[in-house]
Amino acid sequence: MGYDVLVCIKRVPAPGARINLTDDEQEIDTRHLGFTMSPHDECAVEEAVRIVAEHGGSSTVLCLGPPEADEQVRQAISMGIDHGVLLAIDEIDWDPQATASAISDTIASLASEGTTYDLVLFGNESPDAGNYQVGVRVAHRLALPIIAGIKGIDFTDDGVGEGERQRAGGRGSIRVRRQVTDGFELYELPLPAAVAVKEGLNLPRYPAIKGRMRARKAQVRGFEPQAEPGGLRKVRLRQPREQKTETVVLGHGPEAATAVVDLFEELGLM
Amino acid sequence: MSAAHVTGPALLAFVEHESGVVDETGLELVSAGRAIAEDLGAVLHAIVIGPGAETALERLGAYGAAHAHVVAHPDLAAYAPAAYAESIIQLMGTHEAVGVLASGTEKGNEVLAHVAARTDLPMAANCTEVAAADGAPWALTRLRWGGSLLEDAELDASTKLATLAPHAFQAAEVNGAGIGGVTSAASRGAGIGGVRASAASRGAGIETVAATEFQPELDGASTAVHVVDHEPSGGGVSLASAPVVISGGRGVGSAEGFAVLEELAGLLEGAVGCSRVATNNGWRSHSDQVGQTGTKIAPQLYVACGISGATQHWVGCKDSKNILAINTDQEAPLVTRGNYAVIGSLQEVLPAIVDEVRRRKGA
Repeated sequence: MGYDVLVCIKRVPAPGARINLTDDEQEIDTRHLGFTMSPHDECAVEEAVRIVAEHGGSSTVLCLGPPEADEQVRQAISMGIDHGVLLAIDEIDWDPQATASAISDTIASLASEGTTYDLVLFGNESPDAGNYQVGVRVAHRLALPIIAGIKGIDFTDDGVGEGERQRAGGRGSIRVRRQVTDGFELYELPLPAAVAVKEGLNLPRYPAIKGRMRARKAQVRGFEPQAEPGGLRKVRLRQPREQKTETVVLGHGPEAATAVVDLFEELGLM
Repeated sequence: MSAAHVTGPALLAFVEHESGVVDETGLELVSAGRAIAEDLGAVLHAIVIGPGAETALERLGAYGAAHAHVVAHPDLAAYAPAAYAESIIQLMGTHEAVGVLASGTEKGNEVLAHVAARTDLPMAANCTEVAAADGAPWALTRLRWGGSLLEDAELDASTKLATLAPHAFQAAEVNGAGIGGVTSAASRGAGIGGVRASAASRGAGIETVAATEFQPELDGASTAVHVVDHEPSGGGVSLASAPVVISGGRGVGSAEGFAVLEELAGLLEGAVGCSRVATNNGWRSHSDQVGQTGTKIAPQLYVACGISGATQHWVGCKDSKNILAINTDQEAPLVTRGNYAVIGSLQEVLPAIVDEVRRRKGA
């Protein structure tokens, strides 16, 4: 019974207001920064936990990143994910082709051991690299249908048992919602499928103490993927030119109200 | 079907349209594509897909497309990303494409990612600069952290795939008549095959875009995922288009604390936004969130109340024409980066502003 869900996540720095770079301009200077999982990915994790809580099945988190990304795998487990897989690499980041081939190879290798997934979830894009393609590349390699930019997932055969689904010749389907300018578009995907989700899908939970304890003890399975570099190569990172603005302080406390409303009038907002 | 005599390698541009209307982002793509094609000694071909595509052709010639392919197929009546990609791949093959460009929109990035996956070619998303030379890798710059950082990169492939960040390139008519200032539709209804650009009657320098219809061969795998239904939104002042956005963050303190922001937004016919902290605390829905993973806005005035201004938030509001920060901390990044600031507690400042607006409105 239930659905087996895999969530692919990425470890990213949690930057403050300004992002500083290392001297060689190859990475952001993370000496004074914490790390987290990408915001869209966190919603994917939450969704996987909710799906399994509602329908049964199991959830697995998979992360490709430096060995320290073990922290994000355990963060997902503390939120309620059942199993963890870490694809440890020496660098902070791989290009999208190498990342996608490592992830799809791992999923294929798990499948050869008999572990398959009804649904593979990705965050729509990572905030740091913003490549918008890893999920689509993985799905294509695994011959799974995929849709991106999703803010709602419903199982269309809710209440139908596994046996009935199997007898019907499939594992059911999902109906997903994607926000567009004038509302939502709806799509239907037969399972197994992949979906790239966006923040707003749900409100991720804050892990409880019990979850943190479980995450600390959990076994995280490790893989060491081989790099197959693609054709997009980073040369350097740099700061964009920012126009210096002179901030006009309109006042302190409630006395500033007159100046603020003068500004509203000046800008034609009244 | 008639078509202009177009020879040589092709640079393809997937131009999005909404029932035949190409927006500013699409025109930027065509303009930038024209310049890149010239650097490559290539010809710019626009690809338009889906119902209304013929109407979408009207402005493409004026902005630089030499040729247009109108992709028609019964399975393309509704948006289907893999089928769109398959159509583009078939055109890549028949036209010796040296590159494919799309807009760095949700749809543009998605369709080109499908092209990249199916061809196993590299793809660079959200480029802000492209320096292309025939037979060599492209040197490009792309957005990282929503634009808080830039990446200089090299794209090396037999056919280069890149999306262009919205508003990073200017839309300009081929004869330099102005940016986006085309008066509409001298040639409405001209149909496929020698569709003239909207500004064609203006004389010298304006190109004519010739179009051919293309019917791709699509299989079930590429058409399986498509739009099956559409739910319209509820209306009201939208965050993305409101002239003024009153936004609250950690300093608001609670869901109830947003009442005064609502009141001020109501008086100014604006919208209420929020930071990620407010969403994470359950004070506001994610649809109100301004930021990299929320809505990116560019109102006449952005009023940031009790928001310090982390990177995620800044990239969502930095295009506002004016930013007013209300904060107790005069060193908060949004205070130092904004145009205007009020130093003080928003719980004291906002009610005073509401009173003053009411007084002047005589309400």
